[in-house]
Amino acid sequence: MALDLGVFCKSTLDGEAVEHCFSSIFGLGQNADPSYLDWLMKAWGWTLAVAGLGLAIALILGALMGTLRTLPDNGKVSRLLVRLSTAWVELFRNIPVLVQVFLWYHVIPAFVLPLKALPSYWLVSIALGFFTSARIAEQVRAGIQSLPSGQRAAATALGLTTFQTYRYVILPMALRIVIPPLTSESMNAIKNSSVAFAVSVPELTLFAMQAQEETSHGVEIYLAVTGLYALSAFAVNRVMALIEKRSRIPGFIAASNDASLAH
Amino acid sequence: MKNKKFPMIFVTSALVAGLMAPISSQAASATLDKIKSSGAVTMGVRESSIPMSYTTGDSRFDGYHVEICRMILGDIKDKLGMSTLRINYQPVTSQNRVPLVQNGTVDIECGTTTNNTARAKDVGFANTLYVEEVRIAVKANSGITSISQLAGKKVATTTGTTSVQLLRKHEKANGVNFDEVFGKDHADSFLLLESGRADAFVMDGSILAGNIANSKNPKDYKIVGEVLSTEPIAIMVPKNDPEFKAAVNAAIAKIVANGKMPGLWNKWFLSPIPPKNIVVGLELSPATKNAWANLNDKPAEDYNKK
Repeated sequence: MALDLGVFCKSTLDGEAVEHCFSSIFGLGQNADPSYLDWLMKAWGWTLAVAGLGLAIALILGALMGTLRTLPDNGKVSRLLVRLSTAWVELFRNIPVLVQVFLWYHVIPAFVLPLKALPSYWLVSIALGFFTSARIAEQVRAGIQSLPSGQRAAATALGLTTFQTYRYVILPMALRIVIPPLTSESMNAIKNSSVAFAVSVPELTLFAMQAQEETSHGVEIYLAVTGLYALSAFAVNRVMALIEKRSRIPGFIAASNDASLAH
Repeated sequence: MKNKKFPMIFVTSALVAGLMAPISSQAASATLDKIKSSGAVTMGVRESSIPMSYTTGDSRFDGYHVEICRMILGDIKDKLGMSTLRINYQPVTSQNRVPLVQNGTVDIECGTTTNNTARAKDVGFANTLYVEEVRIAVKANSGITSISQLAGKKVATTTGTTSVQLLRKHEKANGVNFDEVFGKDHADSFLLLESGRADAFVMDGSILAGNIANSKNPKDYKIVGEVLSTEPIAIMVPKNDPEFKAAVNAAIAKIVANGKMPGLWNKWFLSPIPPKNIVVGLELSPATKNAWANLNDKPAEDYNKK
């Protein structure tokens, strides 16, 4: 079938073609009506904002909770922290992400009234961030536990405190190891942000559902949205690959895919 | 590549044109012929468009449009001199209803389809028997009585409906700004109103009335304000079959002439309906009354010309 890409240059108000496709965002047309392309770009911005905010929350909380789960059993406080972080992970990875989004949007604000004042994209980002943090926590824990036990023993022998052991010995190695799975999680955050449409964040999925009804050009609309999701996820992938490359210390970690280090 | 393909397309289209011509000139109506030879007809219905077209459980379907369609098909059965006619119900969605009528899977669609010029390129519409008005639902104690009071307020509507575009147009035309929130379906939009996340819910009047009737406390809500838009909801038939459409319209004219319409309205919009025995409670609008008095198949665009 023939694709009619002209649909993106139509006005979102009356369906007539507008003068410049980017009439509203870049102010090309004088005081013109926004086109579907303008709307698509805005929707993309929302997707990136929700995913970015969610990912930031997820990385911080995930690294923290993953670390806490591996604390040595040497006191009441650390035992409590281990239990707390385990509960965190089990709670947030055992509930589907869409259900969590509804919980944060409809249920929790009914009990915690100040949350009602928060804009919906914050609530979605929190839901997405907590869900992803449980997954990241498990990957960080796997990274830490993959280190030889001698590392921790050596740090203790040097007289480092638990905090210093993590800060200077364990985490610098563990976090490098888990960059590849974190790449997948970061890309997932972009894709999972599509659930935000369910609570009225005007992001790409909501745009697709609404615009295809208004224009009856579903194929073109969904192709464009698919392309932007793929592009965003791939951009995240490239950024993570760059971080992986920049943060690498030759010979530090055994499993390196760099051929020159294999010998 | 292009040059090689072109003659093939040309030959195919010539073949199709050659085949089509005798069919359309000899056979009177493909749909009527199919109904007569197979003894069955396929009716497109909706799952949950209360009270227009919905399931009452166990794959049974009922509703205002469904009952009218059964009367129409009964009339056509008599006209074709058949003793029995089996009606197969095919549930359709907003996304697939037009393609299914186009490709002949569904012979007559009795749901909640707006008759507009874009769709009329692909399908035919019978004469309108129900005119939908887009209205505003608010909480009864909100004090809102008109759309002009909604400037700067949170207004809910459902993703994938024409009301979203309608609100945008209204904002532009009147220089006001709504804070729009989008429910993923009607029940979700109503929840936004119920939980106070939205001050108003803008949607088709029958949907608002149905959601209010189904709510915990129907008295807490009311439908207010001016009619924002008017849309004819019509029974959909295949496009290139004027004979079938004429038969459907003749049956509709007979139903209206026999004075059955007020009773049907009463039954579906003002009385308890199965399966939960709720009352939709939507009064007969002047626009719908007018459609009965002057049967026509004008598209939505003609209604909103001012």
